[in-house]
Amino acid sequence: MAPLLEVENLSVTFGRKGTRKVQAVDGLTFTVANGQTVGLVGESGCGKSVTSLAIMGLLPSRGVTVSGDVRLEGRSLLGLPQRQLRDLRGSEMAMIFQDPLSSLNPVVPIGIQVTEVLVRHRKLKADAARKEAVDLLDRVGIPDPTRRLKEYPHQLSGGMRQRALIAMALACSPKLLLADEPTTALDVTIQAQILELLKALVVESGTALLMITHDLGVVAGLCDRVNVLYSGRVIESAERRELFGHGRHPYTAGLLASVPRLDSPRGAPLLPIRGSARDTIPWTEGCAFAPRCDNVIDACIGRPPELTDVDGSHQLRCCNPTTVRPVEVLG
Amino acid sequence: MNLVEVRGLKVHFPIRRGLFFDRTIGHVKAVDGVDFDLEHGKTYGLVGESGCGKSTLGRAILRLIEPTAGSVIFDGVDIAGLQGEKLRKARKRMQMIFQDPLSSLDPRQNIESIITEGIDAHDLLDSRKQSRARIVELLEAVGLSAAALRRYPHEFSGGQRQRIGIARALAVEPDLIVADEPVSALDVSVQAQVVNLLEKLQDSLNLTFLVIAHDLAVVRHISDTVGVMYLGALVEEASSDDLYAEPLHPYTRSLMSAVPVPDPDVEDRRERILLPGDLPSPANPPSGCRFHTRCPWRQPERCDTEIPELRVLRPTHKVACHYAEQIEAGTIRPKSADEVAADQGVYVAATGGLDAKDLLDAGKDMPLPQQGF
Repeated sequence: MAPLLEVENLSVTFGRKGTRKVQAVDGLTFTVANGQTVGLVGESGCGKSVTSLAIMGLLPSRGVTVSGDVRLEGRSLLGLPQRQLRDLRGSEMAMIFQDPLSSLNPVVPIGIQVTEVLVRHRKLKADAARKEAVDLLDRVGIPDPTRRLKEYPHQLSGGMRQRALIAMALACSPKLLLADEPTTALDVTIQAQILELLKALVVESGTALLMITHDLGVVAGLCDRVNVLYSGRVIESAERRELFGHGRHPYTAGLLASVPRLDSPRGAPLLPIRGSARDTIPWTEGCAFAPRCDNVIDACIGRPPELTDVDGSHQLRCCNPTTVRPVEVLG
Repeated sequence: MNLVEVRGLKVHFPIRRGLFFDRTIGHVKAVDGVDFDLEHGKTYGLVGESGCGKSTLGRAILRLIEPTAGSVIFDGVDIAGLQGEKLRKARKRMQMIFQDPLSSLDPRQNIESIITEGIDAHDLLDSRKQSRARIVELLEAVGLSAAALRRYPHEFSGGQRQRIGIARALAVEPDLIVADEPVSALDVSVQAQVVNLLEKLQDSLNLTFLVIAHDLAVVRHISDTVGVMYLGALVEEASSDDLYAEPLHPYTRSLMSAVPVPDPDVEDRRERILLPGDLPSPANPPSGCRFHTRCPWRQPERCDTEIPELRVLRPTHKVACHYAEQIEAGTIRPKSADEVAADQGVYVAATGGLDAKDLLDAGKDMPLPQQGF
């Protein structure tokens, strides 16, 4: 069976004619199967959010060049006219954004924003939609949903707003849910609530989830499969346990070694990655991570490394992968 | 030896209403009676969620916000009572590093001018030549080259800007540095560089740090002693190793169980202690123990009415909970989040309107959005 979402060789370039172009996403390929939870992990500027906007067709048309292919259930999304995309967004695929306050309309009550989806896609009458909205808010754990329907976004707390957004996203039981840093703006205890909620809802409704985050901890608990992005390309992709136990790209290993962990003995020095995300070279001139990599060899420069299978479903884009398991580096 | 002793520190912000008469209708008790000591040459970490008052506390120690009551004794002198020139002189010995390195650097000043400002204000060096040499030395100490002198903040990356902020703080040779979320705006791979730099500088310059952060793993890594704040008060204070090995306060326990760990095995095994609802409003904190509305271990009567003192349970471990011993021994069982919520009759959610919590936060504690990693 074909996977639910196929992203093939997706490239996004910003910049109008005559200006210097910025390649945000550079030949990205990955798939999401039905009901699967897939993580896209990377630092700021690696193109993870642009990827999600490209999948949803939310990038502006002027000054942006999108190439490659995005298929939802075999149907190509990139060429679709806006009218047809609008039919898909919210019903077949939905998105949760990072900042729940700026993604809700501040002058419209929550109730109207939730029912809007139901009226637009499921053609419900106002009464039925309101009932359904109460159910939805209740399902995502918003107390006293009947009263909350009349309230405005500023009257809800951050965690509550994110719950409302999740309710809106799930209103039409989409097959694919995109979550772009859904817990980054929240406190840890609220983050734990939201992650548990997402986990439960995904299992309950069978929705596939594309989780975009910078937090390796969030990915470790939630995702079936993890794609690590660097400078617009997937540099390593594996099942969750494989990646955290046997991650072989120096960047993956470097990320794991540079975050302090609550459960490891204290006093071990952090091993940062050299330089910053600015120190890259274009993929056409070799491996973009080479300037920051400790494992760099001659083969890294000149020719871009290909994404190759290491074993089974583990893919790697590296000429000189680490042999040490990142877990042991940490110990 | 203690460099700073904070006693009974309170910061209350008035809530005003009314068009003509600015009536004060209540107070947001951002910091409500906090005692702690900063040991010379050590790092004290302050953790808590947004709105718990940790940033206000850090600023009140430096007198960037006027404390309502209490004293801050810095090397024998009560800073809370200083005025004018004396206060200005005292400020030379304490500096601050801010969360957002871009908005805390003047975009129209070059790096030399930014760092010289403190040196000039305190007349530390006589000539421009001397101060130029000193700045180059400072830049090298934080891992930047002399080429940075003539450049402007926007020309640097986030990690480099934070290094400039650190160099500026070091320029007046302070004893105490208050770092408010020093790494939360940075990419993960860069965070480690800045954390390592702070540790290196502490060793070589014998600095005392007060690190305020919401990231428990970073705080644990960098601190010798950690204090956990909830709704304006310390609920637990212990040496870093003790606190993380055996958190005694129910809030600390749930906070730690909520932090995601980048290891699938740990994540699958762990049992999260989920707290129901949100932080109650600090304008109207719950009676008795402030945490009782969300606490899975709450016992009837005493928790609702009697305010627990921060008491010494072990030599390096203080906790503000009536039942810390029983919870540790396991004689009191925790309830699930749903039971706690049902127990309270109402779900403990944020109240409507632009409430005190929103006023208090104004986003300053929140991790900056859009900054990945």
